[in-house]
Amino acid sequence: MTEYPRPRPGTQPVNRQEAYGSSHRRAPRQPLIALPHTLSELTGPLYGHNPIGESDNDLTRHFSDAPQGERIIVAGRIFDEDGRGVPHALVEIWQANSAGRYRHAGDNHPAPLDPNFLGAGRVVADAEGNYRFTSIKPGAYPWRNHHNAWRPAHIHFSLFGSGLLSRLVTQMYFPGDPLIPLDPILNGIPDIDARQRLISGFDTSLTEPEWALGYRFDIVLRGRRATPFEETAR
Amino acid sequence: MSHIPTASQTVGPFFNFGLTTDADLGNLVGSEMKDERIRLTFRVTDGEGAPAPGDAMIEIWQADSAGRYAHPLDLPAEAGRFHGFGRLETDLNGRCTFETIRPGRVAAPSGNLQAPHISVLVFARGLLKHLHTRVYFAGDPANAHDPVLALVPEERRATLLAKQCGDPAAWSFDIVLQGAGETVFFDV
Repeated sequence: MTEYPRPRPGTQPVNRQEAYGSSHRRAPRQPLIALPHTLSELTGPLYGHNPIGESDNDLTRHFSDAPQGERIIVAGRIFDEDGRGVPHALVEIWQANSAGRYRHAGDNHPAPLDPNFLGAGRVVADAEGNYRFTSIKPGAYPWRNHHNAWRPAHIHFSLFGSGLLSRLVTQMYFPGDPLIPLDPILNGIPDIDARQRLISGFDTSLTEPEWALGYRFDIVLRGRRATPFEETAR
Repeated sequence: MSHIPTASQTVGPFFNFGLTTDADLGNLVGSEMKDERIRLTFRVTDGEGAPAPGDAMIEIWQADSAGRYAHPLDLPAEAGRFHGFGRLETDLNGRCTFETIRPGRVAAPSGNLQAPHISVLVFARGLLKHLHTRVYFAGDPANAHDPVLALVPEERRATLLAKQCGDPAAWSFDIVLQGAGETVFFDV
Protein backbone atom coordinates (compact mmCIF):
# COMPACT_ATOMS: atom_id res chain seq x y z
CA MET A 1 0.00 0.00 0.00
CA THR A 2 1.57 3.29 -1.08
CA GLU A 3 1.07 6.70 0.45
CA TYR A 4 -0.50 9.43 -1.65
CA PRO A 5 1.89 12.19 -2.72
CA ARG A 6 1.55 15.29 -0.52
CA PRO A 7 0.20 18.39 -2.33
CA ARG A 8 2.88 20.66 -3.72
CA PRO A 9 3.25 23.76 -1.49
CA GLY A 10 1.10 26.68 -2.68
CA THR A 11 -1.33 24.57 -4.70
CA GLN A 12 -3.82 24.30 -1.83
CA PRO A 13 -5.11 27.26 0.21
CA VAL A 14 -3.71 28.05 3.63
CA ASN A 15 -6.45 28.39 6.24
CA ARG A 16 -5.01 31.46 7.98
CA GLN A 17 -5.89 34.33 5.67
CA GLU A 18 -5.73 37.97 6.70
CA ALA A 19 -8.02 38.96 3.80
CA TYR A 20 -10.73 36.39 4.63
CA GLY A 21 -12.46 37.60 7.79
CA SER A 22 -14.23 34.35 8.65
CA SER A 23 -10.88 32.59 8.94
CA HIS A 24 -9.64 34.83 11.75
CA ARG A 25 -11.33 32.98 14.59
CA ARG A 26 -11.60 29.61 12.87
CA ALA A 27 -8.24 28.78 11.31
CA PRO A 28 -6.11 26.65 13.64
CA ARG A 29 -2.98 28.32 15.00
CA GLN A 30 -1.05 25.21 15.95
CA PRO A 31 0.98 23.48 13.24
CA LEU A 32 -0.69 20.47 11.61
CA ILE A 33 0.88 17.14 12.54
CA ALA A 34 1.99 14.95 9.63
CA LEU A 35 -0.14 11.82 9.54
CA PRO A 36 1.24 8.70 7.89
CA HIS A 37 -1.29 7.25 5.45
CA THR A 38 -2.80 4.13 6.99
CA LEU A 39 -5.77 2.06 5.91
CA SER A 40 -7.94 4.65 7.70
CA GLU A 41 -6.89 7.37 5.25
CA LEU A 42 -6.44 5.30 2.07
CA THR A 43 -9.93 3.85 2.29
CA GLY A 44 -12.95 6.14 2.20
CA PRO A 45 -16.68 6.28 1.72
CA LEU A 46 -17.97 5.04 -1.59
CA TYR A 47 -20.76 7.00 -3.15
CA GLY A 48 -23.65 4.82 -2.06
CA HIS A 49 -24.80 6.98 0.84
CA ASN A 50 -27.69 8.57 -1.04
CA PRO A 51 -29.73 7.23 -3.91
CA ILE A 52 -29.36 9.43 -6.99
CA GLY A 53 -32.52 10.45 -8.84
CA GLU A 54 -32.68 10.50 -12.62
CA SER A 55 -33.05 14.29 -12.90
CA ASP A 56 -30.78 15.16 -9.95
CA ASN A 57 -28.17 16.53 -12.38
CA ASP A 58 -30.63 18.88 -14.09
CA LEU A 59 -31.27 21.81 -11.76
CA THR A 60 -33.69 23.36 -14.25
CA ARG A 61 -36.11 20.44 -13.91
CA HIS A 62 -36.69 20.27 -10.16
CA PHE A 63 -40.03 22.07 -10.46
CA SER A 64 -42.73 22.00 -13.10
CA ASP A 65 -41.74 25.43 -14.42
CA ALA A 66 -38.26 26.49 -15.55
CA PRO A 67 -36.15 28.75 -13.34
CA GLN A 68 -35.20 32.31 -14.34
CA GLY A 69 -31.74 32.86 -15.71
CA GLU A 70 -29.22 31.93 -18.33
CA ARG A 71 -29.33 28.15 -18.94
CA ILE A 72 -25.91 26.49 -18.79
CA ILE A 73 -24.32 23.08 -19.11
CA VAL A 74 -21.39 22.34 -16.80
CA ALA A 75 -19.45 19.21 -17.64
CA GLY A 76 -15.99 17.78 -17.31
CA ARG A 77 -13.85 14.84 -16.38
CA ILE A 78 -12.67 13.80 -12.93
CA PHE A 79 -9.25 12.20 -12.92
CA ASP A 80 -6.45 11.33 -10.51
CA GLU A 81 -2.87 12.55 -10.38
CA ASP A 82 -1.89 9.94 -12.95
CA GLY A 83 -4.53 11.26 -15.37
CA ARG A 84 -6.79 8.24 -15.01
CA GLY A 85 -10.51 8.84 -14.80
CA VAL A 86 -12.03 8.35 -11.35
CA PRO A 87 -14.92 6.00 -12.13
CA HIS A 88 -18.30 6.57 -10.52
CA ALA A 89 -17.17 9.52 -8.38
CA LEU A 90 -20.05 11.21 -6.57
CA VAL A 91 -20.35 14.91 -7.44
CA GLU A 92 -22.67 17.17 -5.42
CA ILE A 93 -23.19 20.83 -6.33
CA TRP A 94 -25.03 23.78 -4.83
CA GLN A 95 -25.33 27.40 -5.93
CA ALA A 96 -27.17 30.72 -5.73
CA ASN A 97 -29.97 31.49 -8.19
CA SER A 98 -29.57 33.86 -11.14
CA ALA A 99 -30.18 36.85 -8.87
CA GLY A 100 -27.41 35.81 -6.49
CA ARG A 101 -29.59 34.45 -3.69
CA TYR A 102 -29.28 31.07 -2.00
CA ARG A 103 -32.29 29.08 -0.89
CA HIS A 104 -31.04 29.16 2.69
CA ALA A 105 -32.63 30.77 5.74
CA GLY A 106 -29.39 32.58 6.53
CA ASP A 107 -29.11 34.38 3.19
CA ASN A 108 -30.43 37.92 3.73
CA HIS A 109 -29.39 39.38 0.37
CA PRO A 110 -32.42 41.40 -0.80
CA ALA A 111 -32.58 39.67 -4.17
CA PRO A 112 -35.59 37.58 -5.21
CA LEU A 113 -35.87 33.87 -4.51
CA ASP A 114 -36.92 31.84 -7.53
CA PRO A 115 -39.79 29.47 -6.70
CA ASN A 116 -38.58 27.23 -9.53
CA PHE A 117 -34.99 26.92 -8.43
CA LEU A 118 -33.58 24.93 -5.52
CA GLY A 119 -29.94 25.17 -6.58
CA ALA A 120 -28.67 21.75 -5.51
CA GLY A 121 -27.87 18.73 -7.64
CA ARG A 122 -25.95 15.45 -7.69
CA VAL A 123 -24.58 13.03 -10.20
CA VAL A 124 -22.37 9.96 -10.28
CA ALA A 125 -19.62 10.17 -12.89
CA ASP A 126 -19.47 7.47 -15.55
CA ALA A 127 -16.81 4.75 -15.72
CA GLU A 128 -14.30 7.20 -17.27
CA GLY A 129 -14.97 9.94 -14.71
CA ASN A 130 -17.15 12.14 -16.94
CA TYR A 131 -19.95 14.16 -15.33
CA ARG A 132 -22.52 16.66 -16.59
CA PHE A 133 -25.00 19.09 -15.05
CA THR A 134 -27.63 21.41 -16.51
CA SER A 135 -28.31 24.52 -14.44
CA ILE A 136 -28.63 28.27 -14.69
CA LYS A 137 -25.75 30.69 -14.30
CA PRO A 138 -25.60 31.85 -10.67
CA GLY A 139 -25.50 35.57 -9.92
CA ALA A 140 -22.79 37.42 -8.02
CA TYR A 141 -23.77 38.43 -4.49
CA PRO A 142 -22.55 40.78 -1.77
CA TRP A 143 -21.00 39.62 1.48
CA ARG A 144 -19.67 41.45 4.50
CA ASN A 145 -16.03 40.45 4.35
CA HIS A 146 -14.89 44.01 3.59
CA HIS A 147 -16.39 47.23 2.24
CA ASN A 148 -18.33 46.64 -1.00
CA ALA A 149 -17.32 42.97 -1.14
CA TRP A 150 -18.94 40.78 -3.82
CA ARG A 151 -18.36 37.11 -4.50
CA PRO A 152 -17.77 36.26 -8.15
CA ALA A 153 -20.40 33.94 -9.64
CA HIS A 154 -19.55 30.39 -8.58
CA ILE A 155 -20.89 26.87 -8.17
CA HIS A 156 -19.90 24.85 -5.09
CA PHE A 157 -18.64 21.32 -5.79
CA SER A 158 -18.24 18.38 -3.37
CA LEU A 159 -16.51 15.20 -4.54
CA PHE A 160 -15.62 11.77 -3.23
CA GLY A 161 -12.86 9.83 -4.96
CA SER A 162 -11.17 6.55 -4.16
CA GLY A 163 -10.28 7.29 -0.54
CA LEU A 164 -10.64 9.74 2.33
CA LEU A 165 -7.58 11.68 1.12
CA SER A 166 -9.31 12.33 -2.21
CA ARG A 167 -12.18 14.19 -0.54
CA LEU A 168 -12.59 17.62 -2.13
CA VAL A 169 -14.91 20.57 -1.61
CA THR A 170 -14.23 23.45 -3.99
CA GLN A 171 -15.85 26.18 -6.08
CA MET A 172 -16.03 26.63 -9.84
CA TYR A 173 -15.84 30.13 -11.31
CA PHE A 174 -16.76 31.56 -14.72
CA PRO A 175 -14.28 32.95 -17.25
CA GLY A 176 -14.01 36.72 -17.61
CA ASP A 177 -15.68 37.56 -14.30
CA PRO A 178 -14.30 40.98 -13.20
CA LEU A 179 -14.78 40.03 -9.52
CA ILE A 180 -12.31 37.14 -9.71
CA PRO A 181 -9.11 39.15 -9.07
CA LEU A 182 -10.75 40.77 -6.00
CA ASP A 183 -11.96 37.57 -4.31
CA PRO A 184 -10.17 36.66 -1.04
CA ILE A 185 -11.50 33.10 -1.17
CA LEU A 186 -10.05 32.28 -4.57
CA ASN A 187 -6.93 34.32 -3.79
CA GLY A 188 -6.38 32.21 -0.67
CA ILE A 189 -4.65 29.77 -3.04
CA PRO A 190 -1.07 31.06 -3.42
CA ASP A 191 -0.26 29.35 -6.73
CA ILE A 192 -1.65 31.32 -9.71
CA ASP A 193 -1.92 28.23 -11.90
CA ALA A 194 -3.88 26.38 -9.19
CA ARG A 195 -6.21 29.40 -8.98
CA GLN A 196 -6.71 29.53 -12.75
CA ARG A 197 -7.78 25.89 -12.77
CA LEU A 198 -10.85 26.75 -10.66
CA ILE A 199 -12.09 28.96 -13.52
CA SER A 200 -14.17 26.94 -15.97
CA GLY A 201 -13.67 27.32 -19.71
CA PHE A 202 -16.38 28.38 -22.13
CA ASP A 203 -16.72 25.44 -24.50
CA THR A 204 -18.56 25.56 -27.82
CA SER A 205 -18.53 21.76 -28.06
CA LEU A 206 -20.59 21.58 -24.84
CA THR A 207 -22.82 24.46 -25.92
CA GLU A 208 -26.15 23.32 -27.33
CA PRO A 209 -27.54 25.39 -30.22
CA GLU A 210 -30.57 27.46 -29.26
CA TRP A 211 -30.56 25.91 -25.79
CA ALA A 212 -27.64 26.42 -23.38
CA LEU A 213 -24.07 27.71 -23.04
CA GLY A 214 -21.47 25.10 -22.13
CA TYR A 215 -18.67 25.39 -19.56
CA ARG A 216 -15.97 22.79 -19.03
CA PHE A 217 -14.61 22.14 -15.54
CA ASP A 218 -12.15 19.27 -15.15
CA ILE A 219 -11.25 18.16 -11.63
CA VAL A 220 -8.15 16.39 -10.35
CA LEU A 221 -8.55 14.35 -7.16
CA ARG A 222 -5.63 13.27 -5.00
CA GLY A 223 -4.41 9.73 -5.42
CA ARG A 224 -2.67 7.40 -7.76
CA ARG A 225 -4.19 4.21 -8.93
CA ALA A 226 -0.98 2.55 -10.06
CA THR A 227 -1.45 -1.06 -11.08
CA PRO A 228 0.60 -3.80 -9.38
CA PHE A 229 2.64 -4.08 -12.61
CA GLU A 230 3.62 -0.44 -12.43
CA GLU A 231 4.42 -0.76 -8.75
CA THR A 232 6.97 -3.42 -9.60
CA ALA A 233 8.38 -1.52 -12.54
CA ARG A 234 8.85 1.70 -10.62
CA MET B 1 2.51 12.48 -16.08
CA SER B 2 1.47 13.98 -12.79
CA HIS B 3 -1.49 16.32 -12.43
CA ILE B 4 -1.78 18.82 -9.58
CA PRO B 5 -4.90 18.11 -7.50
CA THR B 6 -7.66 20.71 -7.76
CA ALA B 7 -7.50 23.29 -4.97
CA SER B 8 -9.95 23.29 -2.09
CA GLN B 9 -12.35 26.18 -1.39
CA THR B 10 -14.53 26.80 1.64
CA VAL B 11 -17.87 25.03 1.96
CA GLY B 12 -19.25 28.48 2.88
CA PRO B 13 -22.20 29.16 5.17
CA PHE B 14 -25.01 28.00 2.84
CA PHE B 15 -24.22 24.34 2.13
CA ASN B 16 -27.20 22.96 4.03
CA PHE B 17 -29.67 22.60 1.17
CA GLY B 18 -27.00 20.93 -0.95
CA LEU B 19 -25.19 18.61 1.43
CA THR B 20 -26.98 17.98 4.71
CA THR B 21 -30.66 17.54 3.99
CA ASP B 22 -30.54 13.81 4.78
CA ALA B 23 -30.58 13.37 8.57
CA ASP B 24 -30.23 9.61 8.08
CA LEU B 25 -26.54 10.24 7.42
CA GLY B 26 -26.23 10.68 11.17
CA ASN B 27 -27.13 7.04 11.79
CA LEU B 28 -24.52 4.45 10.84
CA VAL B 29 -25.69 1.64 13.08
CA GLY B 30 -25.65 -1.79 11.50
CA SER B 31 -27.75 -4.77 12.37
CA GLU B 32 -25.14 -6.89 14.07
CA MET B 33 -26.00 -7.45 17.72
CA LYS B 34 -22.40 -7.92 18.81
CA ASP B 35 -21.54 -4.33 17.92
CA GLU B 36 -21.17 -1.87 20.78
CA ARG B 37 -23.51 0.98 19.91
CA ILE B 38 -22.41 4.49 20.78
CA ARG B 39 -23.76 8.00 20.51
CA LEU B 40 -20.98 10.38 19.55
CA THR B 41 -21.61 14.11 19.99
CA PHE B 42 -19.32 16.71 18.43
CA ARG B 43 -19.23 20.36 19.43
CA VAL B 44 -17.43 22.84 17.17
CA THR B 45 -16.18 26.11 18.69
CA ASP B 46 -13.97 28.93 17.41
CA GLY B 47 -11.04 30.84 18.90
CA GLU B 48 -13.36 32.81 21.19
CA GLY B 49 -15.25 29.76 22.37
CA ALA B 50 -18.30 30.58 20.24
CA PRO B 51 -20.11 27.58 18.72
CA ALA B 52 -20.32 27.18 14.93
CA PRO B 53 -24.06 27.79 14.54
CA GLY B 54 -25.21 25.60 11.66
CA ASP B 55 -22.30 26.59 9.45
CA ALA B 56 -19.98 23.65 10.05
CA MET B 57 -20.29 20.13 8.69
CA ILE B 58 -18.77 17.00 10.19
CA GLU B 59 -18.05 13.86 8.20
CA ILE B 60 -16.93 10.66 9.89
CA TRP B 61 -15.36 7.54 8.42
CA GLN B 62 -14.75 4.42 10.45
CA ALA B 63 -14.14 0.70 10.47
CA ASP B 64 -16.64 -1.88 11.70
CA SER B 65 -16.38 -3.59 15.08
CA ALA B 66 -13.83 -6.02 13.62
CA GLY B 67 -11.61 -3.14 12.46
CA ARG B 68 -12.43 -3.58 8.78
CA TYR B 69 -13.37 -0.86 6.28
CA ALA B 70 -16.14 -1.20 3.68
CA HIS B 71 -13.75 -0.38 0.84
CA PRO B 72 -12.09 -2.44 -1.89
CA LEU B 73 -8.66 -1.97 -0.29
CA ASP B 74 -9.96 -3.85 2.75
CA LEU B 75 -13.29 -5.63 2.37
CA PRO B 76 -15.23 -6.07 -0.87
CA ALA B 77 -18.60 -4.36 -1.10
CA GLU B 78 -21.45 -6.41 0.27
CA ALA B 79 -25.08 -5.52 0.73
CA GLY B 80 -26.00 -4.84 4.33
CA ARG B 81 -22.40 -4.41 5.47
CA PHE B 82 -21.59 -1.58 7.89
CA HIS B 83 -20.80 1.29 5.50
CA GLY B 84 -18.86 3.47 7.95
CA PHE B 85 -19.73 6.95 6.67
CA GLY B 86 -21.67 9.73 8.35
CA ARG B 87 -22.30 13.41 7.66
CA LEU B 88 -24.15 16.03 9.69
CA GLU B 89 -24.31 19.81 9.99
CA THR B 90 -23.86 21.43 13.39
CA ASP B 91 -26.96 22.82 15.10
CA LEU B 92 -27.27 26.37 16.46
CA ASN B 93 -25.18 25.31 19.47
CA GLY B 94 -22.40 23.94 17.29
CA ARG B 95 -23.37 20.34 18.05
CA CYS B 96 -24.23 17.22 16.10
CA THR B 97 -24.68 13.63 17.25
CA PHE B 98 -23.98 10.43 15.32
CA GLU B 99 -25.50 7.08 16.21
CA THR B 100 -22.80 4.57 15.41
CA ILE B 101 -20.76 1.68 16.78
CA ARG B 102 -17.42 1.54 18.49
CA PRO B 103 -14.91 0.56 15.79
CA GLY B 104 -12.42 -2.27 16.15
CA ARG B 105 -8.66 -2.02 15.79
CA VAL B 106 -7.36 -1.33 12.29
CA ALA B 107 -4.03 -2.56 10.96
CA ALA B 108 -1.11 -0.11 11.10
CA PRO B 109 1.48 0.02 8.29
CA SER B 110 3.99 -1.60 10.67
CA GLY B 111 1.82 -4.70 10.88
CA ASN B 112 0.71 -3.87 14.42
CA LEU B 113 -2.76 -2.61 15.25
CA GLN B 114 -3.96 0.94 15.71
CA ALA B 115 -6.16 1.84 18.67
CA PRO B 116 -9.88 2.15 17.85
CA HIS B 117 -10.47 5.50 16.18
CA ILE B 118 -12.83 7.38 13.87
CA SER B 119 -11.55 9.69 11.12
CA VAL B 120 -13.18 13.14 11.14
CA LEU B 121 -13.32 15.83 8.46
CA VAL B 122 -14.40 19.33 9.50
CA PHE B 123 -15.84 21.70 6.89
CA ALA B 124 -16.97 25.21 7.81
CA ARG B 125 -17.40 28.79 6.76
CA GLY B 126 -14.00 30.29 7.42
CA LEU B 127 -12.03 27.16 6.47
CA LEU B 128 -10.67 27.31 2.93
CA LYS B 129 -9.58 23.70 3.30
CA HIS B 130 -11.29 21.12 5.48
CA LEU B 131 -9.54 19.89 8.62
CA HIS B 132 -8.68 16.27 9.31
CA THR B 133 -8.61 14.80 12.80
CA ARG B 134 -9.27 11.54 14.65
CA VAL B 135 -11.48 10.55 17.55
CA TYR B 136 -9.97 8.06 20.01
CA PHE B 137 -11.75 6.73 23.07
CA ALA B 138 -10.58 7.83 26.51
CA GLY B 139 -9.62 4.92 28.71
CA ASP B 140 -8.92 2.46 25.90
CA PRO B 141 -5.73 0.61 26.88
CA ALA B 142 -4.73 0.38 23.19
CA ASN B 143 -4.23 4.17 23.10
CA ALA B 144 -0.90 3.77 24.89
CA HIS B 145 0.55 1.91 21.90
CA ASP B 146 -1.14 3.72 19.02
CA PRO B 147 1.40 4.82 16.38
CA VAL B 148 -0.51 7.99 15.45
CA LEU B 149 -1.13 9.17 19.01
CA ALA B 150 2.59 8.65 19.58
CA LEU B 151 3.28 11.36 16.96
CA VAL B 152 1.26 13.92 18.93
CA PRO B 153 3.01 15.89 21.71
CA GLU B 154 1.86 14.37 24.98
CA GLU B 155 0.30 17.60 26.27
CA ARG B 156 -2.01 17.77 23.22
CA ARG B 157 -3.07 14.11 23.05
CA ALA B 158 -6.13 14.62 25.24
CA THR B 159 -7.67 16.77 22.49
CA LEU B 160 -8.07 13.58 20.45
CA LEU B 161 -9.90 11.62 23.16
CA ALA B 162 -13.68 11.40 23.21
CA LYS B 163 -15.00 11.42 26.75
CA GLN B 164 -17.76 9.29 28.13
CA CYS B 165 -20.55 11.46 29.47
CA GLY B 166 -22.85 9.80 32.01
CA ASP B 167 -24.51 7.10 29.95
CA PRO B 168 -21.79 4.56 29.01
CA ALA B 169 -22.92 4.68 25.36
CA ALA B 170 -22.67 8.49 25.15
CA TRP B 171 -19.36 10.03 24.08
CA SER B 172 -18.49 13.65 23.43
CA PHE B 173 -15.71 15.17 21.37
CA ASP B 174 -14.94 18.89 21.31
CA ILE B 175 -13.55 20.31 18.10
CA VAL B 176 -11.77 23.48 19.19
CA LEU B 177 -10.75 25.17 15.95
CA GLN B 178 -8.37 27.63 17.54
CA GLY B 179 -6.86 28.82 20.80
CA ALA B 180 -6.68 27.19 24.24
CA GLY B 181 -7.19 23.45 23.97
CA GLU B 182 -7.04 23.61 20.17
CA THR B 183 -7.78 20.20 18.71
CA VAL B 184 -4.92 18.42 16.98
CA PHE B 185 -5.42 18.51 13.22
CA PHE B 186 -3.37 16.47 10.80
CA ASP B 187 -1.45 17.28 7.67
CA VAL B 188 -2.51 14.47 5.38
